[in-house]
Amino acid sequence: MSVRRLAENQPEAFAFTRENEAKCEEILRKYPEGREASAVIPLLWLAQKQNDYWLPKPAIEKVAQKLDMPFIRALEIATFYTMFNLAPVGRFYVQMCGTTPCLLAGSNAIKEVLLRRIGEQGKVTSDGMFSWIEVECLGACCNAPMVQINEDYYEDLTPQNFEKLLDDLAAGRPVKTGSQTGRVTSEPAGGLTSLTSLYGVDGRNGPLSTPDLNQS
Amino acid sequence: MLEDKDRIFTNLYGFGDWRLKGGRARGAWDNTKKLIDKDKDWIINEMKASGLRGRGGAGFPTGLKWSFMPKPDPARPSYLVVNADESEPGTCKDREIMRNDPQLLIEGCFLACFAMRAHVCYIYIRGEYVLEGRRLEAAIAEAYAAKLIGKNNVHGWPFDIYVHSGAGAYIAGEETALLESLEGKKGMPRLKPPFPANMGLYGCPTTVNNVESIAAAPAILRRGAAWFASFGAKNNSGTKLFCVSGHVNKPCNVEEAMSIPFRELIERHCGGVRGGFDNLLAVIPGGSSVPCVPAHEIIDAAMDFDTLQKLKSGLGTAAVIVMDKSTDIVRAIARISYFYKHESCGQCTPCREGTGWLWRVVSRMAEGRAQRREIDMLLEVTTQIEGHTICAFGDAAAWPVQGLIRHFRQEIEQRIDQYAANPHPEPVRDFGVAAE
Repeated sequence: MSVRRLAENQPEAFAFTRENEAKCEEILRKYPEGREASAVIPLLWLAQKQNDYWLPKPAIEKVAQKLDMPFIRALEIATFYTMFNLAPVGRFYVQMCGTTPCLLAGSNAIKEVLLRRIGEQGKVTSDGMFSWIEVECLGACCNAPMVQINEDYYEDLTPQNFEKLLDDLAAGRPVKTGSQTGRVTSEPAGGLTSLTSLYGVDGRNGPLSTPDLNQS
Repeated sequence: MLEDKDRIFTNLYGFGDWRLKGGRARGAWDNTKKLIDKDKDWIINEMKASGLRGRGGAGFPTGLKWSFMPKPDPARPSYLVVNADESEPGTCKDREIMRNDPQLLIEGCFLACFAMRAHVCYIYIRGEYVLEGRRLEAAIAEAYAAKLIGKNNVHGWPFDIYVHSGAGAYIAGEETALLESLEGKKGMPRLKPPFPANMGLYGCPTTVNNVESIAAAPAILRRGAAWFASFGAKNNSGTKLFCVSGHVNKPCNVEEAMSIPFRELIERHCGGVRGGFDNLLAVIPGGSSVPCVPAHEIIDAAMDFDTLQKLKSGLGTAAVIVMDKSTDIVRAIARISYFYKHESCGQCTPCREGTGWLWRVVSRMAEGRAQRREIDMLLEVTTQIEGHTICAFGDAAAWPVQGLIRHFRQEIEQRIDQYAANPHPEPVRDFGVAAE
């Protein structure tokens, strides 16, 4: 368990944008009538996203009110689920996986880069650009070590390519998400060992090959 | 070795098109009507005969689970909930299915719902998988547009499917905690019975299945139970996605036949162990929750449920974490203990208090700052957590530590002796501690 509290400095009020209000309605349609509470996590998500990736108290109140549930029910969700940030984060919010598979693959070296460049975890840099925390397994273990920055995964990290990644982000240069060493996803590096009859050994010579990985 | 023609996940690595067109070219939605025309009992029997055991970790037979669903009752609609809250350390297979071959999963959901007389399916995906969630939503939209699913689909079985994102709680992967979370509550597991098949989502009959189990269903039904059952040892049939991470030369996900020997799996697909097989120390064969197995026991073992259980470990999710001789095994396990401390939901006292206790003691032991008698005390405490909690999380926290003591007691004792010979007052090194 982790102890999580609301930030000391809270904004006065929170309101969903008109666009997000429409999204709320769309989300609520997923659940049967009378089960609106199911939407609490998606709505808190939406609020967090709208509010620079952190969740102030008025936003939690707003969501509770919208779903007609007591404030404490929404607050306990916001504090229980660790992806809800209860205090401001940097514009680039780095979540570094430190669980055993990443640890074995060298996440400590990534952590050193973060400590040196950004500082203590949970603190935002003075220019507001970066903050980081260590999180538990992010589920990309075949591409360890890895971090998640805002919504994207950056995998197969080394201290060198990770420093470069942070430089590029800070300078506003475009970056490549996913593997930083040229792997497409979680295939073995340097040539396929399975599915070769479909895609060839290099994975690009098959009948179905139209890799377009970065489009969602 | 499994041949490509027998692989279910033919776009595992995303070299092909993930969209509906690509999915169909690979065989998804190929005459699905024919399958449902054979009726629901045929589907359930075929699933039972295939011997598919749940791919989420517990290995419960999927067909049997489906058969537990009660007769439909208009007042209490049935639900299928797909567990895509993949967060067992070491596991990264469902992610590849969702982002690279989402139609397999959607078709599987449709067939499973048909067999269980359900019209609604929720896919609970972990919050961190933003891209995967979006892709799944896009794939569902395509399937709706093609009238493959929806109220008036071409198959004549009204079916709706929704994606629901979680928000970073490992425990929400436990099936009843997942249902609580989906209902908008904290992810705290429920007491069983009643089981979800009777009282699940919103108090209605519900089946919770892993992504891989559901996504394998269409292939099993098309090619027949006998085909699927022809792979692997008895009671462990089928093909399986293995997620190999840690100290191998080429970590990767790969679909292989069940019961493939560990050595073959690693040699064929992962470029061998770093520094050769002589350099292997231990393997955690099924995600962090199962005890580690030392090199000499695992090296020629078949990777399946029954063999690994005999080695006092388990296949779990088939997340194979390989550790070579450079590994500080005590620290590696201490990091796993930290994971369980961080992720305990806090509902049951033995787990809430015990996981923190395990972590602190194992961390001290990693530096040798303990007494020899504490090793047995630690073991004793793990047995007091194991089996004394509502869900299996307590067991999962206890097992890695038990595995460590079972196989590496000597290592811990050595460190204790080393420290005793040269004690120092510096505080226990802090590592792996999240900010909060």
